[in-house]
Amino acid sequence: MNDLSTARFVNIGERTNVTGSARFKKLILGDDYTAAVEVARSQVENGAQVIDVNMDEGLLDAVHAMTTFLKLIAAEPDIARVPIMVDSSKWEVIEAGLKCVSGKPIVNSISMKEGEEPFLEQARKCMAYGAAVVVMAFDETGQADTKQRKVEICTRAYDLLTGIGFPPEDIIFDPNIFAVATGIEEHDRYGLDFIEACTEIKAACPHAKTSGGLSNLSFSFRGNETVRRAMHSVFLYHAIPAGLDMAIVNAGQLDVYDQIDPTLREACEDVILMRPVEGDVSATERLIDLAESYKGVSKEDEKKAAEWRGYPVAKRLEHALVKGIDAHVVEDTEEMRAATAEAGGRPIEVIEGPLMDGMNVVGDLFGSGKMFLPQVVKSARVMKKAVAHLIPYIEAEKDLLPEAERKAKGKIIMATVKGDVHDIGKNIVGVVLQCNGYDVVDLGVMVPWSQIIQTAKDEKADIIGLSGLITPSLDEMVTVAEEMANAEMDIPLLIGGATTSKVHTALRIDPKYDGPVIHVLDASRAVGVASRLLSDTQRDEFVGDTADEYEKVRAAREGKSASVLLSIDEARANFYDAFLSDKPAPPDKPGLHVFDDWDLADLREVIDWTPFFRAWELHGNYPAILTDEVVGETATQLKADADAMLDQIIEGKWLTARGVAGLWPCARDGDDVTIHRVNREEHVVLPFLRQQVKKSRDRANMCLADFIDPAGDWIGGFAVGIHGIEEHSARFQADKDDYSDILLKSLADRFAEAFAERLHQHVRTDLWGYAPGEQLTNEALIKEEYRGIRPAPGYPACPDHSLKPILFDLLDAPANVGLTLTESFAMWPTAAVSGFYFGHPESQYFGVARVGRDQLEDYATRRGVDLETAERWLRPNLD
Amino acid sequence: MSAREKLQAAAAERILVFDGAFGTQIQNRKLTEEDYAGDLGLKADQKGNNDILALSRPDVIADITRAYLEAGSDVVSTNTFSANSVSQADYAAEDKVRDINVASGKLARELADEYEAKDGRPRFVAGAIGPTNKTLSLSPDVEDPGFREIDFDTLVDVYHEQAAALVEGGVDFILIETIFDTLNAKAGIFAVKRLEAELGRDVPVMLSMTLTDLSGRNLSGHTVEAFWYAVRHANPVTIGLNCSFGAEQLRPHVQLLSDIADTLVLAYPNAGLPNDLGEYDEEPETTASLVRRWAENGRVNILGGCCGSTPDHIAAIAKAVDGLTPRGVPTASSDMRLAGLEPFTIAA
Repeated sequence: MNDLSTARFVNIGERTNVTGSARFKKLILGDDYTAAVEVARSQVENGAQVIDVNMDEGLLDAVHAMTTFLKLIAAEPDIARVPIMVDSSKWEVIEAGLKCVSGKPIVNSISMKEGEEPFLEQARKCMAYGAAVVVMAFDETGQADTKQRKVEICTRAYDLLTGIGFPPEDIIFDPNIFAVATGIEEHDRYGLDFIEACTEIKAACPHAKTSGGLSNLSFSFRGNETVRRAMHSVFLYHAIPAGLDMAIVNAGQLDVYDQIDPTLREACEDVILMRPVEGDVSATERLIDLAESYKGVSKEDEKKAAEWRGYPVAKRLEHALVKGIDAHVVEDTEEMRAATAEAGGRPIEVIEGPLMDGMNVVGDLFGSGKMFLPQVVKSARVMKKAVAHLIPYIEAEKDLLPEAERKAKGKIIMATVKGDVHDIGKNIVGVVLQCNGYDVVDLGVMVPWSQIIQTAKDEKADIIGLSGLITPSLDEMVTVAEEMANAEMDIPLLIGGATTSKVHTALRIDPKYDGPVIHVLDASRAVGVASRLLSDTQRDEFVGDTADEYEKVRAAREGKSASVLLSIDEARANFYDAFLSDKPAPPDKPGLHVFDDWDLADLREVIDWTPFFRAWELHGNYPAILTDEVVGETATQLKADADAMLDQIIEGKWLTARGVAGLWPCARDGDDVTIHRVNREEHVVLPFLRQQVKKSRDRANMCLADFIDPAGDWIGGFAVGIHGIEEHSARFQADKDDYSDILLKSLADRFAEAFAERLHQHVRTDLWGYAPGEQLTNEALIKEEYRGIRPAPGYPACPDHSLKPILFDLLDAPANVGLTLTESFAMWPTAAVSGFYFGHPESQYFGVARVGRDQLEDYATRRGVDLETAERWLRPNLD
Repeated sequence: MSAREKLQAAAAERILVFDGAFGTQIQNRKLTEEDYAGDLGLKADQKGNNDILALSRPDVIADITRAYLEAGSDVVSTNTFSANSVSQADYAAEDKVRDINVASGKLARELADEYEAKDGRPRFVAGAIGPTNKTLSLSPDVEDPGFREIDFDTLVDVYHEQAAALVEGGVDFILIETIFDTLNAKAGIFAVKRLEAELGRDVPVMLSMTLTDLSGRNLSGHTVEAFWYAVRHANPVTIGLNCSFGAEQLRPHVQLLSDIADTLVLAYPNAGLPNDLGEYDEEPETTASLVRRWAENGRVNILGGCCGSTPDHIAAIAKAVDGLTPRGVPTASSDMRLAGLEPFTIAA
């Protein structure tokens, strides 16, 4: 009896049965599924080879409880490893359960209670779901109590089932174990009848099995565990050799037959086997008398099951993480935190110490194939709960630190690249990073590079992590890297996923992007990589080492790696071939248009609020930021203050929006655009830069000039500025009201941007007039969903700030708008925007990114400056 | 003779040859968005939707199928791995599911019949059904392990729609392949059983599991044995393994399955493991020599290739196993065979 693990006899856990376990019933009724799952785990740990799940309780929605519980234990590999017995007296509950169980389960039970047809119909369904089945010895007239009825019903059922092709080895008969020692004489034979029926059924029904629910047997001794255990053990001791194959039993509560107190053991045997007893006291009475002396014996096994609860706290945390048990993690984490604090440590040390140690164990086990995916995910959830408990303490501690030490957590954008839908690995990396205190923005699957980059910008991400499983995703990752380069980003790019490799990363991705590119082998490395990349002290060394390593990889592949930059001639040959006949018609109103005082109330309507909040270090997109969990309250308050000030600004006419737009005839001449002005002898040349990074596939090496027709075209320029801040700013400063001062300045910036947007719209619909009927919502306007672009000098498409003097001269901006430039080409007043207008429908934003020496020299010649000056201007775009 | 019996008869004679990958063959053709989209007028970009080619570029699919038949395939599969409404939703092509499957089935049927007519050697068509990109056994949400993205009944409907269309197109078998989630496969089996009841005839299934780690489990965590016990009720005409890794790594798992499965064993591994650049570069002769060893040891009945395999690989395999004795199908055990993630047997 000690060794119940051999498959000659199977014990089926019954503690996850609401009819068999008061505790389990209480947990399920109380919706405490976390603890309920632990009951299943302890059953398996205690040796249950199959677990019986039963939710037949009047107060429960049994279908819901069954499916919820089965799905939860499916996520627990150390429970789900054993087959499930789906147990209910209601067929609909069984069927709902079968839809949640993988593997091959057992249905418990079906019977001929309602007749042959419903019985066979249910049996056919069991075959279709691929389940073995327990058949109760029950027919139209009732439950079989005598040996003869048991055998008769079971053989009849056997013939019916095998007749429809039901595999005989998938049939288990339950010939009904009833309570003995009830004091009613007819019940005395129940134990023996069952045992003898097993033998006969097995003989009559080849390959079929027998089973029984053991707890019924000892029903009369409820509350007296010692006696019940002894009865169960004795019963099995005799029933198994007679042919019983399995029993529903509390696996942790079986005694070893030989170790049962001999007096008790013999009393049990007398009752179960109906052995004649001496004297005038019946076997039942003797057992009842004896039972009195065994009441209140401690439940040693329950202690054993919870043995790990006695470990030191760090070890308990590790155990919980490795096993994925979250029942005690909050109390354990708190205990660890308190102990750490006592010893003068910080709450973060609980994460960095025992919790990470535990996760490392998980990582090692996972890495060496000793744990598999669902378990890791489970462990991560435990980690999350622990971390969630610690966060308030960590935050509270931060509030005590000087501002300089209050560091924002690193933010990591994670995405599975376009064309790929595999995201399990990515999700795990995300979870692991989150567990370690990183803020992870997960964009999901099939994410285009534009969204990755935009989100990274919007979210001010510190790191981008790309994932992909299928081989074409490797190409897409290269594209993302290129586009990050084009967007002039420099944050680290992490590459992960099944088909990625260090070699591919070094050869194909790293050269496309100037920021750090790191191949992350698996989830367990992600944290180490992220922490080094975001560490002030370790970052440079780590990035340097990785770059060296990749350089070595490339060197090893010498000759195979393509040069990164094209020559300027090659790049020009690969220019963007716009469909020039689509160019916009000449403007309705060419020349300069000056606006001395644009209506601020109108501009207010098109303010893009997201950058406003960003300016206030509140990160998130408007309007979602107003309801953001963390900053929502602050953001809402800030928005209210801003609205109040906007009312004042507009009412009191604090500020003046001045702008100028110009539209000129021009022509493309190589990478230059030459502007011809009416009544002006000299032409103005706008020299633009061309992308030189070697492009993959058919992508062009773009230059803004590509959007202009050499045979004659039109180009525009604009400058807007917000005037009048100084007076009010001085007033606020005098009042020591920094808040209002900063608020005003940040609103002035928003007005400038809104003016640029509004003026561009006015140009499209009226001045140039190529889109007279344009109807855009505010949102669409902010997202620039219109035809034409307005690239600004100093931004990626024309990165050279030194074009501003030329533009300002064309616009006569100082006179017309009151804008001036500093010697490093910064605009004054600062709430200002300037740029060019391109109206071609194919015109688009891009990043020039790195240019070669050849283009630099050429550019210097075109600008008529010495090489040194040109080099200074283009510094950010040079090597 | 039913298709099931015909296949069993042919497999008793010799080792049969399955086909190789479609995906990599299609990828090599560098098709454009226009090729994929054709004039179907679908709302989303179709590039990458390999299955839609049955409608927009059937010539491409026919070329590949023909190449495999030329290479010696006895069984060709339809290019319908993702032609189910769940996967097609990514391309806004859900309402093309029936058309794709019927067309793919017909195309493969006609070519198989053409080759069978030529030399009298029987050819078979397996209607391929992939696992979809949703899983019944795992939660995508760490916070909520009880959550599922899809339920059994929905998935049964999805599989049923595809299987019915494939059968309408004329396939001999329904091949439920690349099974990463055993419960998904059970939904597929349930769907085919429903189809059989509707049609009033046998629709034999071929089942093929894919392993996600070298210890021999699929994504839902089932071992090879547990998987076999969980799907045995399908009475599959073949059981096997595909994709996973290369033949070298797949060997012990094929051997295990071969020992316990009382039906034909079909294995079609990848052409090795992807190299550092994600490409499959195992030479046809290498693959062929590896799988030949399985054949020599009587482990398999049908051999083919998965990711990275080409008509050259199939030709090399056909040549390598020519004349070898096929695996004998063992008699079924009468033990009770249950399974959780791991197998559990109770002696008869």
